[in-house]
Amino acid sequence: MIAAIMFSLVFFGQSFGFSSNLRTICAAIGLGKKVKFFDFDWRSNSWNLVFLVGAIIGGFIARQFLSEPGAAVQISSATVEDLARLGIGAPTSLQPDELFGWEAVFSVKGFLVLAVSGLLIGFGTRYAAGCTSGHAISGLSNLQWPSLVAVVGFFIGGLIMTFLILPLIFKQ
Amino acid sequence: MKWMKFLLTGIAFGIVMAKSEAISWFRIQEMFRFQAFHMYGIIGTAVVLGAIGVALIKQYRIRDFKGNPIQFQPKEKGFFRYLTGGAIFGLGWALSGACPGPIVVNIGYGFFAMIIVFIFANAGTFLYGYFKDKLPH
Repeated sequence: MIAAIMFSLVFFGQSFGFSSNLRTICAAIGLGKKVKFFDFDWRSNSWNLVFLVGAIIGGFIARQFLSEPGAAVQISSATVEDLARLGIGAPTSLQPDELFGWEAVFSVKGFLVLAVSGLLIGFGTRYAAGCTSGHAISGLSNLQWPSLVAVVGFFIGGLIMTFLILPLIFKQ
Repeated sequence: MKWMKFLLTGIAFGIVMAKSEAISWFRIQEMFRFQAFHMYGIIGTAVVLGAIGVALIKQYRIRDFKGNPIQFQPKEKGFFRYLTGGAIFGLGWALSGACPGPIVVNIGYGFFAMIIVFIFANAGTFLYGYFKDKLPH
């Protein structure tokens, strides 16, 4: 299915890479006047912003019409046990309340987790010139070495976060 | 009409990401702990089918709907930026359990906390643009 989406975009004369939108948005809100990196014709990337809007609508449709209320993610019991040690309960929906519930959002720690995560994602994705869609899917499909290096990087960062930093953040 | 195809593709993307649970923090944790095949199946299938498709497009010089030859932009050579940038991205990915696509799908799904992640992801990209010339690539 994801490959089909990638080829649809390729067939429409574009390419599949989601994180370009972040740069496009920076350009569209006028940051190009201050920083050269954002001084480009962002309108040529409007198609990707439309794709982004579609993705939001797709999420809404999935929730409203295609899912059963209260359906929890069936993750492996090993993961449930590991997460319990971090104080994160077994799934009751797609996402843990401990991170995305209102109580977490309005706590200093919870807010910082979301904000720092966003900063890392936005900074890293441009530094690496791509995200999961641009590197792991489009890049690896085209057998690009840089993409393989980037995916190795994703896992280095991901493993450090999972095994070294998350236990510090959610220390019991 | 010009935009409709991208909107529809985006909607399909959002539904697939949500229904495959690829937007779930739990699934990303499970992936980074190597405790299930789920995410590897999703990404692996996409890459294998993708690679076959790309090879076919190159072999048969398939054109896009306007009749232009399809060209794949090769990524610039480099090592440091991909590994370092990738690792920074990975830290964020494992923390919020979402990469840029799933962030917005989550917002549509009703997890509005992801709006914070999205805003700060834009800020992160801005920081990169601001410091770009000072960073090793």
